[in-house]
Amino acid sequence: MRVSPRHALSVWKRNFALYRRTWKMNLLPNFFEPILYLVSMGIGVGAYIQEMGGTSYIAFLAPGLVAVAAMNGASFEVTYNAYVRMNFEKTYESMLTTPIQPEDVLAGEILWAMTRSTIYGGCFLLVVAAMGLVPPLRALVAFPIVPLTGLLFAAIGIAFSLRIPSIDLFSFYFTLFLMPLFLFSDVFFPLQERLTGVWLQVAELLPLLHPVRLMRTAFAGELGPMVAWDLAYVALLSMLLLWAAARVTRRRLTQ
Amino acid sequence: MIVSCRNVSKVFDDRVVVDELDLDVPAGQCFGLLGPNGAGKTTTLKMIYGVTRPTSGTVHVFGEDVSRDPRSVRKRLGVTLQENALIEVLSSVDNLRVFGRYHLLSEAEIEARVDSLLDFLDLRSHATLPVQALSGGYKRRLSIALSLMNDPELLILDEPTTGLDPAVRLSLWSRVGELRARGKTVLLTTHYMDEAERLCDRLAILSEGRVLVDGAPKQLILSHLARDAVELDQDPSRHAALLGALHDVKSLRGGRRLIFYGDDGPALLDATRRAGADHEGLHLRPTNLEDVFLSLTGTGLEGGA
Repeated sequence: MRVSPRHALSVWKRNFALYRRTWKMNLLPNFFEPILYLVSMGIGVGAYIQEMGGTSYIAFLAPGLVAVAAMNGASFEVTYNAYVRMNFEKTYESMLTTPIQPEDVLAGEILWAMTRSTIYGGCFLLVVAAMGLVPPLRALVAFPIVPLTGLLFAAIGIAFSLRIPSIDLFSFYFTLFLMPLFLFSDVFFPLQERLTGVWLQVAELLPLLHPVRLMRTAFAGELGPMVAWDLAYVALLSMLLLWAAARVTRRRLTQ
Repeated sequence: MIVSCRNVSKVFDDRVVVDELDLDVPAGQCFGLLGPNGAGKTTTLKMIYGVTRPTSGTVHVFGEDVSRDPRSVRKRLGVTLQENALIEVLSSVDNLRVFGRYHLLSEAEIEARVDSLLDFLDLRSHATLPVQALSGGYKRRLSIALSLMNDPELLILDEPTTGLDPAVRLSLWSRVGELRARGKTVLLTTHYMDEAERLCDRLAILSEGRVLVDGAPKQLILSHLARDAVELDQDPSRHAALLGALHDVKSLRGGRRLIFYGDDGPALLDATRRAGADHEGLHLRPTNLEDVFLSLTGTGLEGGA
């Protein structure tokens, strides 16, 4: 069954209606998280660092942290929240009593995760631009990378959520998957300069590396051949995971 | 027929949940699906609204094959699930709006439907409070209201009144009656025999995924048992003697309870007394659907002659 955009949008609207009631509680912690990193690392640790990747340390951190904010914005939605909606609140079961189909549910959820990702990543991008860490025009170019990062991590997260037998396993996802990505994806130090040989190729598998590099490219305003590979990685992995997720969603929701 | 199931089976792994089931729900009636837990009632409903595909057989709703175009079928029906699936932090009004959008209603249509459903299900008093603060009876009424957002021709209710107090049950029964009077078709499952007898024009009793009997409640009582029942509370050691003395009378026993069925109640009562039944706990009553249900499904009681 193909996705019906209007039905997918009604799923999105459901989440939006809920978010409108709770956004103040949700927005603030998520909003401050990257700012705290930027201040602590950028200004605190940065005081001891002459330069990194050709800029001040705080300017080096900024693009990576925007990608991280986008990643985190999408991740909570498609992990804990989607899991609860599917297994405890019977939300999807009730949607499927209407003309909504499983593929619409999935599309609506992904779209919503991208929206959350855009809210958090976008807000942080604004902060970074206001601090003068990126010129306004380049921030504008960088902006579309935010929902793209959201798409990638929505796809990865939902693929995980659909397969796990218990909600407790999300702690593995956050601590042993997202956390290492955060620490080793070119955000805090230039990964390529610390790796040699085959490890350079292995690092290319890290999903967060590509959005971070795209963001860095946009911030620097330098277009290189790497951009095509990074975009292709994000698009292909997202599509592959979503295609698989659509099949699992249909099976899970129509059994 | 609004719903018509032909030779429908559903097999999960190796477990047969629905077994070559045939079912017809006529337009404008209230139809009840009865049966012990695990009889396949909910799975049958899921196949009717097209969320689960039958392993074999066909399900037609409004004359359309459900598995061919579930969207167009579900546009015209409403379903109240066994468990409420409400957004607890939102108000009733917002829950109804969200559901209206699932059906792609316009915002103006949504407001009009919400307004009329708040009255129809008596929800107006707490319409703007978060749902989490409301009682079980209110939440159940709201769940039914959600399934009416698209003004469905067929309303499917899975155990609509389980766990509700008598006053809420009575008011829900009268709403179902009103919907039927407006020409809607209602298909419900229930464990309450009084509910089925009171609401349903026709019903089917399921066991192990098969229809044991179907028909109008009164007709089922008369054709399977009899008009009257004499019930006695007697030590089980004396059941054999009584059953022997009344061996040509239909009966049902379970624990201390022994019930005889006949079309002439007073005569049956006399016969029971003559056979030596204790006068204590002996009484005559009309046969009800519960007798039919127990005699057919045997749940907890051993069937008699």
